[in-house]
Amino acid sequence: MATPILQISGLTMDFGGIRALNRLDLDVHAGEIVALIGPNGAGKTTFFNCLTGIYTPTAGEILLTPPGSARSVSLKGLKPNQVTEKGLARTFQNIRLFSQMTVLENVMIGRHCRTKAFILGAVFRNAATRREEREIVEMSYAILDKVGLAHLANEFARNLPYGAQRRLEIARALATEPFLLLLDEPAAGMNPQETQDLDRLIKEISTDGHSILLIEHDMKLVMSLSDRIFVMDYGKKIAQGKPAEIRSNPAVIKAYLGEDVDA
Amino acid sequence: MLGFKEIKNGLLVSLWFVFLTFPLMVVKVDPVERIVSWRWENSIYVAIGTFVIYCVVKIIMQHRTGNAAVEKEAEQEKESIIHRVLASPKQKYTLIALLLAVAIAFPQFSSSYQTNVMTTALMYVVLGLGLNIVVGMAGLLDLGYVAFYAVGAYTYALLNHHFDLGFWAVLPIGGGMAAIFGILLGFMIVTIFIVNRLQDSRLGRAWIALREDEIACQAMGIDKRRTKLVAFALGAFWAGIIGVVFAAKTTFINPASFTFLESAIILAIVVLGGMGSIVGVILGALILILLPEYLRALSEYRMLAFGAILVAMMVFRPRGLISNIRRTYHSDKKFHPPIQH
Ligand SMILES: Nc1ncnc2c1ncn2[C@@H]1O[C@H](COP(=O)(O)OP(=O)(O)OP(=O)(O)O)[C@@H](O)[C@H]1O
Ligand SMILES: [Mg+2]
Repeated sequence: MATPILQISGLTMDFGGIRALNRLDLDVHAGEIVALIGPNGAGKTTFFNCLTGIYTPTAGEILLTPPGSARSVSLKGLKPNQVTEKGLARTFQNIRLFSQMTVLENVMIGRHCRTKAFILGAVFRNAATRREEREIVEMSYAILDKVGLAHLANEFARNLPYGAQRRLEIARALATEPFLLLLDEPAAGMNPQETQDLDRLIKEISTDGHSILLIEHDMKLVMSLSDRIFVMDYGKKIAQGKPAEIRSNPAVIKAYLGEDVDA
Repeated sequence: MLGFKEIKNGLLVSLWFVFLTFPLMVVKVDPVERIVSWRWENSIYVAIGTFVIYCVVKIIMQHRTGNAAVEKEAEQEKESIIHRVLASPKQKYTLIALLLAVAIAFPQFSSSYQTNVMTTALMYVVLGLGLNIVVGMAGLLDLGYVAFYAVGAYTYALLNHHFDLGFWAVLPIGGGMAAIFGILLGFMIVTIFIVNRLQDSRLGRAWIALREDEIACQAMGIDKRRTKLVAFALGAFWAGIIGVVFAAKTTFINPASFTFLESAIILAIVVLGGMGSIVGVILGALILILLPEYLRALSEYRMLAFGAILVAMMVFRPRGLISNIRRTYHSDKKFHPPIQH
């Protein structure tokens, strides 16, 4: 098998006395949709934060290998913007849009790391800058169209309904041209219809050639989308495998699904 | 109308204000005669005044919530007129050209005192526009802004003193105020132009995104430190240039000209005008600089009035005089219709 595009080994994160991540191993291959599940407080979001440079992990290694490339780069110690430049983009569990900017501008921000214009370009608006701006606008519109928000392009982001805000987060991340997309609970707060649209959207994004790592509590969505599933509890990996294997794994049922049985 | 509860609250608020203004309004110390006079009648005026203002505000507010829907529509209408003017480049430039014409004609027809006041106002417009990049757009609190203003002024002063740099040196004596006024005016136009372009550029968007959410901004691939530094540097650049103009205009500078109060006033200009709005900053500067100047008649109370205006602004228009508008973009391509359920 080819080298995984993302290979994480022994990832550990301590907050004072709390060990939020405990020697976690995980890998994602090109073209895969991988789900990361676990009960509340298991450390899933912390894992994303370590990956994207928001937290600096206490120990462990994060290796990124762009598809078709033979060279791996370590993400450890990189700043969030450098991680994004390397081809990893994410959405946030608690929506973090730029609420005073328009929907389109939110996506245009995602193009920042792939474009160059600076002070002089902004002031003199030379041909190269104008072309670049045009490309940013057109590409952002195309991405909005993909997530079904093109008709709302000039609305303020804060005025969008909840489900649309979640899709806008995905659009903004896509604009950075990631080969690996990290989604933190993209279906949270969505109604069944919206979740179904999201299911379709994520499959489309996958077909377009993006690999996806997804945190999600909606089991129906996880089972429908994932090629493989990783399960964690108390910062530790407790299981990994195909959806069918996870569904019947006793450790998972005890840690995760057991919650529902008790409730 | 007002109920018993509001009236009771009004009385309490009045009492509180009488207490607060007691040292200012009632006690009068005459250091020469060494006597203290008590002007009790003033406390009655304060009480009545406060009570009336309180009731008027309450009634207006009740009225507002009563006709909320109508009011909201009217407000939108009102907003949209100024916003429409600002949104259409043609009308905006006409407006700016009109202001320009007035400004150029101004020194011709007015006293040198008036020109002097206007020059000061213009300086603050440019200072405000510079700080607007740092505070309004990038959302960074910059209380040391005046330091760069001082650097500009001292640079000019020292160069002038030691090397006798000619051009600016003769300006205050020869061409005088009108010349400085004209140069400043031109400079303000250039500043407006540049800030306007920056606002809708890749860099300007990054600043605004940084103001909105730093973490999301970094996660979208924006280098936080570099982007902030550029905002600081650009803001400082304008402060420095106005410092030069200031030194040339007054021909005398000392550290007392560059106090924290100065920074605070420039900050107030940006906040009053509406963070990130160019027209707002111009309005803010004109109001904050011209108002105290023309309120000189009320000399002792002008700082009080100044404060009251700022407080009223925070209460009634916390987002500033002119709320921000964002540029809209269009594409000629055909898009899928929205999903219908
Ligand atoms: N910055 C921080 N400082 C201290 N503790 C933290 C910090 N961030 C997370 N934690 C702790 O780490 C643990 C894991 O939290 P995390 O948010 O990663 O869980 P999660 O799996 O994403 O949960 P959920 O499903 O509710 O989103 C929690 O106990 C949390 O309190
Ligand atoms: Mg989480």
